[in-house]
Formats: sequence, C-alpha cells, structure tokens
Amino acid sequence: MKIFLSAFLLIFISSCNQDQKPLQASDELEVYDYAGLEPMLNKTDDKTYVVNFWATWCAPCIKELPYFEQLNRDYSGKNVEVILVSLDFPRMYDKKLKPYIKDKNLKSRVVALNDPDMNTWIPKVNEDWTGSIPATVIYNKNKRQFYERSFNYEELVTELRSFIEN
Amino acid sequence: MKTIRNLFLLATVVMFTTAFTLKSDATGYDIGDIATDFELMNIDGKMVSLSDYKDAKGFIVIFTCNTCPYAVKYEDRIIALDKKYAEQGYPVIAIMPNNTDVKPGDSMENMKKRAKAKGFTFPYLIDEDQSIYPQYGATKTPHVYVLEKTEKGNVVQYIGAIDDNYQDAEAVNVKYVEDAVDALLDGQAVKETKTRAIGCSIKV
Repeated sequence: MKIFLSAFLLIFISSCNQDQKPLQASDELEVYDYAGLEPMLNKTDDKTYVVNFWATWCAPCIKELPYFEQLNRDYSGKNVEVILVSLDFPRMYDKKLKPYIKDKNLKSRVVALNDPDMNTWIPKVNEDWTGSIPATVIYNKNKRQFYERSFNYEELVTELRSFIEN
Repeated sequence: MKTIRNLFLLATVVMFTTAFTLKSDATGYDIGDIATDFELMNIDGKMVSLSDYKDAKGFIVIFTCNTCPYAVKYEDRIIALDKKYAEQGYPVIAIMPNNTDVKPGDSMENMKKRAKAKGFTFPYLIDEDQSIYPQYGATKTPHVYVLEKTEKGNVVQYIGAIDDNYQDAEAVNVKYVEDAVDALLDGQAVKETKTRAIGCSIKV
C-alpha cells in the first residue's frame, strides 16, 4: 500500500513539475491547445504572472504590447513573469507571428494558443470574458484578477502592485 | 442599535441595486430582453429598420466589419445563414459598429466594396454614431443576436458566436445560430442561449 502511495505521489509530483508539451515547436514557437495552456494560468509558486491575450492583427493589443515588455523588464527581478498568449491564426505563425516576435525582439515568453472551441475555453479563463482582445489575467497563488481592456504602463504597474505589495 | 442595523441594511440594499443596475447597463441585453429597433444607413444609401420587415418572424442581427480577421473568416457562413433563413422568415441584418476614423478600412466606401466583392445578400448597415451596439451590449466582431418577433417586440433569444470553429467551416461540430433559429422556427425554446468566441474589440 505504501509503495503504491509513493508511486502515485511520484507520478503526481512529476506531472505537476512538467509543463505540458507543446503541440508543435517549430522555430521555437510554443503552440498549445487550451489543456496545454491551462497550467500556465494556474501556477502555485511564489511568482506573480501577467498573462496577456493578444494577436498581431489586433491593433489595441499591438499598442499595449511594449508596456507588457517593459513590465517584464522592470519587474523580472521582483518575481514577476509576463506570458504573451498569441491568438494569431495558425497559418499566420510563419508569415506574421514569428517575424513579429523577431523584429520587435520580444523578451517575454510568447506562446500561441490554437484551440478553435472557444466557447469551451473562454469561460475557463474567466467567466466574465466576452471574448474580445486584448484581455489580461494577473494572478499569483493568493489573488487573481481578469481585465477585458487595454492598459498603459502606469495602469499596468498600478494593477501589478496590488499583487506584489502586501 | 436597531436603527444603525437598519441603516446598514438599507445601505447594503442600495449598493446592491446600484451595482446591478450599472452592470446591466454596461453589459447590454440578456436573453428575454426586448431589443431596440434602429434606423441605420445601408450600403445602398437607404435607411433600414427592423420594422421594415413586415413578414419576418425574427432576425439574425450580426455586428461585423471588414477589418477583423475573425469577421472575415465568417463572411461566407454569414451569407449562407441569410440564404438559408431569410426565406424562412429570419433574415440576416449585418451592422458595422466600428469608429471609421480609427478603422478607415471599415468606412462606408469600404463596406460597399466588401459587400460587392463577397456578394452580400443582406443589408450591411453602419452604426455611424455608435449608439446601437452599446444598447445591444456587443463588444466585438462578429457578435450575433437572434431576435424573435413577438407582440411585445423583438425578443433576444440567442447571443454569441455563429458556430464552434472559426478556423474551419468543415470542422464545425455545433452550429449555434442555426440551432437557435431552427428551435424558434419549430416553436421550441433555444437550448444553448449564450456562447462565447474571440473577436476584435469594437473600435470607439
């Protein structure tokens, strides 16, 4: 029984420690379905995560992207990680997304979400999300907040501070 | 003490009421609400209202535009919806809600071009002063409202996406809008009344 339990624990722990494998990893772009993305929205370590849903075709997203990059730069030493979740169409990965990441020299972690069954996964990200982008989740193990809106840098910092200062 | 408690209760009630009032204002229609009619300019220069459609049993109102990749993905499926349901009493009414100063690609001129190129069979209206989409509570393109015409007015019966796969019409499992309209034509209740999909935020 004991052996069985420890075996179970071992499997459990190792499965928790590993991030899901991407569906494909061509030219270093990580592509996930929602099941693959979900662990990134539910980490329970000591970091605060800023997860931004965007796409290269979304003008307000592109406008605020530099602020997320700046946040990642300014707060990386303060246990904050920015994850940029691209909703670009798969056929645009090579044509637009990868060149964009390269041209803008994005330093934050960029992953692509490829999961057409949006009605299933959108409410899992947040029950109130109508589905427009940009949208952002800020969370840590104690607190979680969802924003279906655009940010400037000051607004982003104000929101983040309520997560890291107490 | 009792007075204080009553005051506190009253304050709570007031706060709750305000919170919910504000919320419903911000989020537009829910299922069962009566949708407003409108008078908006079509691509042929004529004004169109829901009340013009004397014989309609209802409407498939779709907030959409030229410039959003998701909206473009659905153009052919929107045409198909109109072809299938206009003759059954549920015509498609497309409304372009974006501020054309922010999105020149959605100007009336460009709407005309797009409609001609794709062969739109339905009115493609412009919400020029952006007064209609907030009343519906549309937040993105494409965003669908299925309305059933009743004696009380046009009742909102479905809000959301067209189907469950924007990428590939062939891979669709559930046709939300078709299921809703089919149910209404059969005199049945709509089963799935609200769905969600990624779309482009409406440009203000």
